[in-house]
Amino acid sequence: MTEIQKAEEALKNTEDPGTIAEILEANPELKDLGTGYEYGWSDPDTAGATAKRGLDEAVVEDISSKKSEPEWMLKLRKKGLKYFERKPLPTWGADLSEIDFDNIKYFVRSTEKQAQTWEDLPEDIRNTYEKLGIPEAERERLVAGVAAQYESEVVYHQIREDLEAQGVIFMDTDTALKEHPEFFEEYFGSVIPVGDNKFAALNTAVWSGGSFVYVPKGVHVEIPLQAYFRINTENMGQFERTLIIADEDSYVHYIEGCTAPIYNTDSLHSAVVEIVVKKNARVRYTTIQNWSNNVYNLVTKRAVVDAGGTMEWIDGNIGSKVTMKYPAVYLTGEHAKGETLSVAFAGEGQHQDTGSKMVHMAPNTSSSIVSKSVARSGGRASYRGLVQVNPEAKNSANSVVCDALLVDTISKTDTYPYIDIREDDVTLGHEATVSKVSEDQLFYLMARGLAEDEAMAMIVRGFIEPIARELPMEYALELNRLIELQMEGSVG
Amino acid sequence: MSTLEIKDLHVSIETEQGSKEILKGVSLTINSGEIHAIMGPNGSGKSTLAATIAGHPRYEVTSGSITLDGEDVLEMEVDERAQAGLFLAMQYPVEVPGVTMTNFLRTAKTALDGEAPKIRTWTKEVKDAMEKLRIDADFANRNVNEGFSGGEKKRVEILQLELFKPKFAVLDETDSGLDIDALRVVSEGVNRAHQENNMGTLLITHYTRILNYIKPDYVHVFVDGKVAEQGGPELADELEANGYDRFLAQVSA
Ligand SMILES: Nc1ncnc2c1ncn2[C@@H]1O[C@H](COP(=O)(O)OP(=O)(O)O)[C@@H](O)[C@H]1O
Ligand SMILES: [Mg+2]
Repeated sequence: MTEIQKAEEALKNTEDPGTIAEILEANPELKDLGTGYEYGWSDPDTAGATAKRGLDEAVVEDISSKKSEPEWMLKLRKKGLKYFERKPLPTWGADLSEIDFDNIKYFVRSTEKQAQTWEDLPEDIRNTYEKLGIPEAERERLVAGVAAQYESEVVYHQIREDLEAQGVIFMDTDTALKEHPEFFEEYFGSVIPVGDNKFAALNTAVWSGGSFVYVPKGVHVEIPLQAYFRINTENMGQFERTLIIADEDSYVHYIEGCTAPIYNTDSLHSAVVEIVVKKNARVRYTTIQNWSNNVYNLVTKRAVVDAGGTMEWIDGNIGSKVTMKYPAVYLTGEHAKGETLSVAFAGEGQHQDTGSKMVHMAPNTSSSIVSKSVARSGGRASYRGLVQVNPEAKNSANSVVCDALLVDTISKTDTYPYIDIREDDVTLGHEATVSKVSEDQLFYLMARGLAEDEAMAMIVRGFIEPIARELPMEYALELNRLIELQMEGSVG
Repeated sequence: MSTLEIKDLHVSIETEQGSKEILKGVSLTINSGEIHAIMGPNGSGKSTLAATIAGHPRYEVTSGSITLDGEDVLEMEVDERAQAGLFLAMQYPVEVPGVTMTNFLRTAKTALDGEAPKIRTWTKEVKDAMEKLRIDADFANRNVNEGFSGGEKKRVEILQLELFKPKFAVLDETDSGLDIDALRVVSEGVNRAHQENNMGTLLITHYTRILNYIKPDYVHVFVDGKVAEQGGPELADELEANGYDRFLAQVSA
């Protein structure tokens, strides 16, 4: 039986038998690939199926040569690999012992070239994005630019002409490295050094895709830039690398969303996001992470903020099996500000270990962390944060508020707030609460006609409202919808 | 015309010392359009009766029945009872942080009716009802019961009563903690719901004061988990004059 016949055979057992046949008809080149479809049929997986498993220097060299990178990048990648191999798995957070690094596919090229219009994308990929509402958002101009990453590479990317004319750069990181090497020589790995932690090292070794953003002095990008990350292949490792540079007095809001299909075995997402906020600039970075529950999401995000600048992380973690993510802000200039609003949902089998890190390195800097977590059906939500105030960072202020909501009695929440203060002249505030959805609250809402899961969803939505309020309307609605999905069937 | 019928209801709660019987055989029949006042001292089981009708999970019915037009209410979930037309104005309404009154009222109305109310007429209806109850327009954007004074919470319960138009309402000490103006405004709200929707009402109180505004057809004296005596409005006058002593003496005798 040929691979294609196997495919057709498998199709008979799927719910939507039209799709793949249509795709093959529309994309005859796929037939020539002659590759094995060894996984499920939710989406054709031609590229992923042939990808190599496991990591060694050859894999790193192969990625670099496929991208025709400069020599220095290859060297850096190899250095990353060394650090990755040398550093032990962190044992202080979530349980990572089950990650099988030899089974992961480190690079999957889903299409030969980046598309210029949605129509140019292979149909299956386009369908995916259409289901996710991304082209529509672009058409309706809810976003100023779109980048869509499928597997290892950005397959579609667009920016509004007027922004381009103002000198805003928004493109995938691979292309940016070719077209704007000067930024990379200066900034790549400057915020998060190659050996910062095991997963940042891994990312440096095998990074691919991600976004590069440069906003020139004084330019305000009024509506968000949107990036969309999708893993399709089982056991895929996605290692995007994002670098954002906001020049003096500029503003940009960058939003990313993430999804993956459900497979039986695990995938790995390990991104690195570096942000440079120059004097009086402001960057807001919003994440709605909704990976399927077999993705290990181990991400390093950090910003350095110069005098008078502001960095805002809005971090929503709904999906994944395990997330370890603590967006950091290094306040290096006077009057710099850092803010993290984080919301995490831990359902059955999930551990969300999230929080933030604020490092005060200059006088008159301020930061705040607001973390809200919801645990249900045996999930575990941990807050882990660090506030560090260096000597000389006089008159700095920080406040941390973490609220946890437990939906039932089998779920778990814990907090690990670390502080490291080496300066006397500081103001600190810390509040932590754990609340349970009370029988009386549920009774009140149900006595007003709401079914138990609706009542639960209303309480949970109310709980995270202070964060949802910070999202653009469509994302707030999306977040609400995701909560409803999470709450459905969450009660007896 | 509907009937809410409670027959020989026995209710227990779980306490640290084990199960404790609170209601010891309550029987009551309320028809549409009737107002029944239940009066009794603190701790006599009035709130227990109210919460049991609404289906609070803390109260266990050990025997007896509650039916609405012959349908077994005890078989229904809390939300199903509300959808069937039972409303409980709570003695201690609960706060729901992060949920605005506007959102809550619309969501509840949708759940109760099985379809969303028409936006334009609904908005106006809410606004008018709030005005009549002298609830400031700002409350629409405030979170449900959060930071409301005791009196404000009670007005908001009656606001829901007017908007949701139940067949039967149980008002659990809605009059407690109200000043004289608020008492009048709230009573007018109950009387409107009563007249406009032919609502049947179970008015729980331990003061006769509210009965100057809401005229009961029947008065039940409630002592130690049972109805000790029933009569017409004149029974309230007697309580006003002599208190509960006569009934308490009966119990302890
Ligand atoms: N959780 C509880 N544990 C122990 N006793 C309770 C509990 N809840 C109510 N009770 C008792 O049940 C009785 C009836 O209470 P309640 O119905 O609130 O009376 P009322 O509303 O007439 O004041 C009281 O004696 C009260 O102490
Ligand atoms: Mg009471």
